[in-house]
Amino acid sequence: MASAFEYAPAPESRSVVDIAPSYGLFIDGEFVEAAEGKVFKTVSPSTEEVLSEVAQAGAEDVDRAVRAARKAFEKWSALPGSERAKYLFRIARIVQERSRELAVLETLDNGKPIRETRDADLPLVAAHFFYYAGWADKLDHAGFGADPRPLGVAGQVIPWNFPLLMLAWKIAPALATGNTVVLKPAETTPLSALFFADICRQAGLPKGVVNILPGYGDAGAALTAHPDVNKVAFTGSTAVGKEIARTVAGTSKKLTLELGGKGANIVFDDAPIDQAVEGIVTGIFFNQGQVCCAGSRLLVQESVQDELLDALKRRLSTLRLGDPLDKNTDIGAINSAEQLARITTLAERGEAEGAERWSPACELPSAGYWFAPTLFTNVTQAHTIARDEIFGPVLSVLTFRTPDEAVAKANNTQYGLSAGIWTEKGSRILAVANKLRAGVVWSNTFNKFDPTSPFGGYKESGFGREGGRHGLEAYLDV
Amino acid sequence: MSERLSVFKTYKLYVGGKFPRSESGRVYEVTDSKGKWLANAPQSSRKDARDAVVAARKAFGGWSGATAYNRGQVLYRVAEMLEGRRDQFVREVADAEGLSKSKAAAVVDATVDRWVWYAGWTDKIAQVVGGANPVAGPYFNLSSPEPTGVVAVVAPQESSFLGLVSVLAPVIATGNTAVVVASEKAALPALSLGEVLATSDVPGGVVNVLSGRTAEIAAPLAAHQDVNAIDLAGADEVLAKELEIAAADNLKRVLRPQPVDYFETPGTERLTAFLETKTVWHPTGSLGASGSSY
Repeated sequence: MASAFEYAPAPESRSVVDIAPSYGLFIDGEFVEAAEGKVFKTVSPSTEEVLSEVAQAGAEDVDRAVRAARKAFEKWSALPGSERAKYLFRIARIVQERSRELAVLETLDNGKPIRETRDADLPLVAAHFFYYAGWADKLDHAGFGADPRPLGVAGQVIPWNFPLLMLAWKIAPALATGNTVVLKPAETTPLSALFFADICRQAGLPKGVVNILPGYGDAGAALTAHPDVNKVAFTGSTAVGKEIARTVAGTSKKLTLELGGKGANIVFDDAPIDQAVEGIVTGIFFNQGQVCCAGSRLLVQESVQDELLDALKRRLSTLRLGDPLDKNTDIGAINSAEQLARITTLAERGEAEGAERWSPACELPSAGYWFAPTLFTNVTQAHTIARDEIFGPVLSVLTFRTPDEAVAKANNTQYGLSAGIWTEKGSRILAVANKLRAGVVWSNTFNKFDPTSPFGGYKESGFGREGGRHGLEAYLDV
Repeated sequence: MSERLSVFKTYKLYVGGKFPRSESGRVYEVTDSKGKWLANAPQSSRKDARDAVVAARKAFGGWSGATAYNRGQVLYRVAEMLEGRRDQFVREVADAEGLSKSKAAAVVDATVDRWVWYAGWTDKIAQVVGGANPVAGPYFNLSSPEPTGVVAVVAPQESSFLGLVSVLAPVIATGNTAVVVASEKAALPALSLGEVLATSDVPGGVVNVLSGRTAEIAAPLAAHQDVNAIDLAGADEVLAKELEIAAADNLKRVLRPQPVDYFETPGTERLTAFLETKTVWHPTGSLGASGSSY
């Protein structure tokens, strides 16, 4: 589609963020080198530019951090809730004050568009701290009985797709309930967590209450297996989640897991097509589809398939892929070469198994990791791309004839995290939503998040909830 | 006058609403606390466990889809049936646990009351643990609890009846279906409970009761891909760890063993352990552009 006007570049300035050439681990309120002296580089996925060199935590560092968190726990858990609340309110405010800086940083380190970090990630991060700050002195009223107690030291391992938001989801409820934390950010996106350490310093948070350990899977494994960790929270792949569940078996560690998904976005024949198209686009291309609750399976009622696909293809042709710092960019870079390879392999498999592949005309930048928005039609339930989580901007389109068939197909997955329903008929929304085995159901909308709204999965998408009143339970001795 | 010779009962499993023997054809000797023979109970096999899961899965749609009020009525009916068989269960519990008649009677009374307590929960738990979430946007957002699915219940070993009901009732009250591994040494009250359930409007397959070697039956249940959760109440430390590791394979929800005084009124923990929270969003829209909301 040729447009009458070309877009001029509209880059967000990088000058708002000052990235140091190297960072340490954040243990007991200090930045320190790793015990073994190891470091790793973190690159910007859109340019492959090295952003910084970061200390790499090992088992010894994990032990040091857990000891610091244990030491801090005594005083932190004994603080009146109203005092803990004020620390969290301070953190929320400082996040707001520094949100542009953090948004640019997140875009540089993760590759997602500035439009998302600025308008989605950062506002939600601040909102999460605000929400849980208010719970800290109201836990008696949370529905878990009188005087619920914290668990102790929480070991938290988070993924690279929403680095700072996942940190907020983990740290805010943990601190509000009186726990102390050791958090390991993902190896490809350590920077915003390290900036968060600086926010803790500015907020005057007592030493050892929050410890940040950049590192790889081995550090995460050491953390979840550490005998003095009382609570493990993990967001990431289902395979690693199962490994962690085996690790904590037979211990008293409380475990919550937020894992993969293969969300079905169900479009009925009476759906508002334009809104549905927007919802489908949001569902699968938000954050390049690197979202556990992405609507990666489109289930469309047969009678409107052609109309919907035409509209969807038209819309995809207008998406702008490129520099994530450009304020007009819709689709940014894939987070890593490894992830790009995984997406590429699965998409090739989709073609090899006979599904029909389509992408809009789309020029990919020469440097960095990119994948064009991609649709697969003629997909059946047996296809790999209909079953495996791709975690990229790849949508598999299946059809159905009756509501029952839509529900059966939507539920035909080992996952159960999210689903979408598009129809003008209210009773149909409620009937279908009732039957879907998914933790979050978006009707006539998609990918909406809020700190008051619990999020989490059924089946192999994990257990426990994050956000809302329900999100407190994971960090309380109840 | 010679004493009348009594009629022994053949104890059978309760699976899918029927009373089969173990497909393996095996039985094992169940004795009282003094070692006196009471019965030959079915010694269930891996295949019996799998059959029970099939039955529980088949029953899940209807039971989870029933109204909460209806589930409450059914559970209350169980208490009514138990009350009518009070003497039988006092005898069985006394034999099983080596209790005096009065102590066993206290156990049975507490058990009947426990059913009544849980019967009243069916249509209240959603109001206690679900609710509206005030999201920052024009959306109606509601969180509701839903049953996890098929739950394997390793019943307590010592408290063969009160303990059993204390772990089973909360599982089915919320709409789950259950496969119960009865106390190994004291299996008879659990097997007789099957007879009560069969006559109390509980649909076949909602509760399935297996007797036999706990480890032998629990292992395939913990590893089963179509079981969604497991309560390890009656597993010792070593077995509990093994079962939890096996359960990780499809990320079952696991309730670990913990010291419980079954005479104490429980909290909601066992109700919520096997509930999922489903959160539904919907745009609220707006009525016209005038700004008036009424």
